[in-house]
Amino acid sequence: MTKYRINKTRFVDQTKTVSFTFDGKKYYGFEGDTLASALLSNGIHLVGRSFKYHRPRGIMSCGSEEPNAICQINDNTDLTEPNVRATEIELYEGLKASSQNCWPSLNFDIGGINNLISPFIPAGFYYKTFMWPKSFWKKIYEPLIRLSAGLGKSPTQPDPDIYDHKHEHCDVLVIGGGISGIISAKIAAKNNLKTILIEDKNILGGSTIYQNNKNFIIDNQKSNEWLMNEISELEKLDNLIIKTRTSLAAFHSYNYLLAKENISDHLPLDKKNGSIRQRLWKIRADKVIVAAGAIERPLIFNNNDRPGIILANSVKKYLDFYGVSTGLNNIIFTNNDSAYETAVSLFEKGISVKIVDIRKKSSSNIVKNAEDLGIKIYWNSSVVNTFGYKKIKSIEIMNLSEDGSNVTGNKHKIQCDCLSISGGWTPMVHMHTQSGGKLDFREIDQVFVPTEKSENHINVGSCNGDFELEELVKNTNNKVKKFLNINEDGFDKISVLCSKESEKKNIWLLPNTISESKTKSFIDFQNDSTAKDIKLALREGFKSIEHVKRYTTTGMATDQGKLSNMHALGIIADTAGVKMGTLGTTTFRPPFTPLTFGAIVGRSVGKFFDIVRKTSIHEWHVQNNAKFENVGQWKRPWYYPINNENLHEAVQRESKAARDSAGILDASTLGKIDIQGSDASEFLNRVYTNAWSKLGIGKCRYGLMLNEDGMVYDDGVTTRLGENHYLMTTTTGGAANVLSKLEDYLQTEWPELDVYLTSVTDHYSTASICGPNSKKILEKLFPNKDFSDETFPHMSYQDAIIDKIECRIMRISFTGELSYEINVESKYGKSLWKNCIAAGEEYKITPYGTETMHLLRAEKGFIIVGQDTDGTMTPIDLQMDWIVSKKKYDFIGKRSLYRSDTMREDRKQLVGLLTDDPNEILEEGAQIVSELDKKPVEMIGHVTSSYFSPNLNKSIALAVVKGGKKMNGQRLFVPMENKNINVTVSDFIFLDKENKRINA
Amino acid sequence: MFVINCPYCGERDQSEFSCGGEAHIVRPKQPTELSDDEWAEYLFMRKNIKGVQFERWNHAHGCRKWFNMVRDTSNDKIHAVYKMGEKPPVI
Repeated sequence: MTKYRINKTRFVDQTKTVSFTFDGKKYYGFEGDTLASALLSNGIHLVGRSFKYHRPRGIMSCGSEEPNAICQINDNTDLTEPNVRATEIELYEGLKASSQNCWPSLNFDIGGINNLISPFIPAGFYYKTFMWPKSFWKKIYEPLIRLSAGLGKSPTQPDPDIYDHKHEHCDVLVIGGGISGIISAKIAAKNNLKTILIEDKNILGGSTIYQNNKNFIIDNQKSNEWLMNEISELEKLDNLIIKTRTSLAAFHSYNYLLAKENISDHLPLDKKNGSIRQRLWKIRADKVIVAAGAIERPLIFNNNDRPGIILANSVKKYLDFYGVSTGLNNIIFTNNDSAYETAVSLFEKGISVKIVDIRKKSSSNIVKNAEDLGIKIYWNSSVVNTFGYKKIKSIEIMNLSEDGSNVTGNKHKIQCDCLSISGGWTPMVHMHTQSGGKLDFREIDQVFVPTEKSENHINVGSCNGDFELEELVKNTNNKVKKFLNINEDGFDKISVLCSKESEKKNIWLLPNTISESKTKSFIDFQNDSTAKDIKLALREGFKSIEHVKRYTTTGMATDQGKLSNMHALGIIADTAGVKMGTLGTTTFRPPFTPLTFGAIVGRSVGKFFDIVRKTSIHEWHVQNNAKFENVGQWKRPWYYPINNENLHEAVQRESKAARDSAGILDASTLGKIDIQGSDASEFLNRVYTNAWSKLGIGKCRYGLMLNEDGMVYDDGVTTRLGENHYLMTTTTGGAANVLSKLEDYLQTEWPELDVYLTSVTDHYSTASICGPNSKKILEKLFPNKDFSDETFPHMSYQDAIIDKIECRIMRISFTGELSYEINVESKYGKSLWKNCIAAGEEYKITPYGTETMHLLRAEKGFIIVGQDTDGTMTPIDLQMDWIVSKKKYDFIGKRSLYRSDTMREDRKQLVGLLTDDPNEILEEGAQIVSELDKKPVEMIGHVTSSYFSPNLNKSIALAVVKGGKKMNGQRLFVPMENKNINVTVSDFIFLDKENKRINA
Repeated sequence: MFVINCPYCGERDQSEFSCGGEAHIVRPKQPTELSDDEWAEYLFMRKNIKGVQFERWNHAHGCRKWFNMVRDTSNDKIHAVYKMGEKPPVI
């Protein structure tokens, strides 16, 4: 055993030695230790440097509230993790931890100079200093701030661990496995309610499990022994799930809670065996019982941050739970009785201890116990200073004045190697407030306690402000019974004896003889906010607690102010002379303790991040070297490079082939909606801008769909398959939204229409063959079919058979070329495609991708919804007046086309642009101006589509320009970073304005 | 995340639903008769109150049915759920 491991306990197995490294040096601890208890057993207190002043800092607590002992784990590996609290991580063989925020080393840290210049860097220093000169910002201030910003190092490699999500439902969820949580869980589970008990530590029992003081007796047993028996009975209950190493992250409305379970964080690397690291539980509970406990408060006095200054109850836990003494010459500094339990515990182990108490006396049993043992108590005294740079060596105390606002008399110096501090207790009301609960301020002991309003959750135990064992047990029993509608249970006749505190005193900021500006009384230890920073903020006019918090950064560190928020509030209230209860609190936001990104995303990483949709022809595209583009969730062939062609070269070749001979496009991704019902024609009349009643069976028609605000929403060709049967196509990206929108209108505005919509996008695969030779290819594929213009004209459809497979052939054109679309059931898509490629071989049929499709459409001035439109374009703006029916009484968006705004003549309108230099290709998105010299520059439009057309042998572009309809022939400019490009407004149809090619 | 009692499917998590904004705004039968202001009132103006609000919801990842819901936006308490076309309850 090491010098500081002075006690054997049942919680740490001292037969099992575990080795670990801290800052590269090897140490030993035992199974059951945390990193913090193992370090302390080796006499190590100094574990980190503070964020701003780089002051040496030691372990201060034993739980999630720890502000100082935050480490980098597994440095320089893909498993590295910053800001891990040493007080929470369980020791395992081979654990590698290192300190943060120090350079070159923890013992000698250059940043420590900040401590010396601290008078010059008070709160708000950044806001005040880095304002001027303005030119310094980019090259000096920002790099400097970035260099010193952040705690720890982010991983640079992908996280190799597996994380999981799971849903769970229960009747009762109990948060916290301390004594009140155990009583609650037992009452619930014994009464046939499906109960889950979660506890963030690896064993149940909270702080009672190591409470072996004779002043705390339940049913004639010491409270820890009684609780031990309760736990072993609890573990036998059938309808209770106990989850240890599981911490509550968030408590949302409707009792929806997130809890993170650590599954393999406590195992050595070689024993994890690829198991899941953490699991995020998504729990829906009928009733929630919060038994989250309380956190001990520090005391705020000059130099209260030295290594060796530890919360009193944590000192007790290290001693009675881990068997580790945090010092051999202890002083306890307190304002309440609970720290006396620590004193008695230390004394009983033969360790020297003295007590400094700001109260004048206390008449409780536990204090009498300490006095009887002969422990020296300095009443009515306060610590005014501490000494020792990397570890506390001594303190100075003085007497308090009558009202506690000053210190009087002589300074008295006392040697020590550990100072245990206790400023009372703060109920953990985080869960309660996260769920929407409100708080009341309780004057007598200066705590915020939950006000019970909810029918679906209660708070019990010390998180509800019940600090004394007797009231805690009785109140928990009564509250839980009432909450769960239970009449009797085994805790009704329980007898509890405990020490009771009657003298209470609290001073938020302890007085000193030296002026405040020369003291460092830390409130937020991690962010280095001191009492004088808070007062400075108040002097500078910040009044709201939320503003003071942000100005001083109090409570904004990774511990989220678990130790600091109450003192900040208290000092604000005292300074401003207002009642603390009237200030409110800052907002408690989830997560309660930081969550790993891995736990948040679970399995949704890599290829599971989002669905990938592939057409049935996808494999062929891959084999033929296609480059893909994401269109919504679809993977669409973008272009098919041959022999190291780049995008431009491939697209030029594909576009030329499609116009000169034949091209083939996989159009399977277009949205397809099957529309049936006796009112199908009327329905189309209402949703499209053009008329549909007279469309013959077997005919196709292009339709434009607007939003109710008159803006173009989607387009596509719809085919009339039968009297009451249509097949609508939509854009690839718009398919799901169009279906939703149509369903919305059908269900809510026009429930009288007899129409049924079914998405059939995935049901059919589509090969679209275009070009002057497409008809010949179709004739080869379907030798028995007549493809003459008379029997199979443009915009019509026919059924056909290929290889015994039924298919639909639509003669419709995406590109302005003679063109056919063949639709088959998806499972035959690839075979159809291969047939088309084989039949087209003699015509050098060329597969083309989305880029070529866009180019071909741009040549013809066919808009692409989403590229040439952006939700602010009406059909009139797009010069598509021809498709807007004047005769129809109504359709979606019609009325909006006559609003004063949509009728403005200076709206952005679709035009063509030609560059002076035919080889100059404009950038899509580039802004367009009419006057170069005008200041400020007036941007009158932007380029929406731009290509080099191999068929016209020049650059073409579509653009939207204010008042563009009347600007044909006008010269405009496209200013780029290095030059201005001269352009001329042209017709937006660049090729085949007479539509001859469609019947070529 | 609240639980919504879909009138067709029963209780489901909120993540299965999408909200369609204020309920009981009827599309005018004769839009062409309306002034710009009247049309704008239908098209753009929506209430966003702190308190009890009548809303349209869609069971988007379920039965895909639209229905109406009365929700208190200040605490997410759901007072009523009813089918399209049914009379709104008095809250």
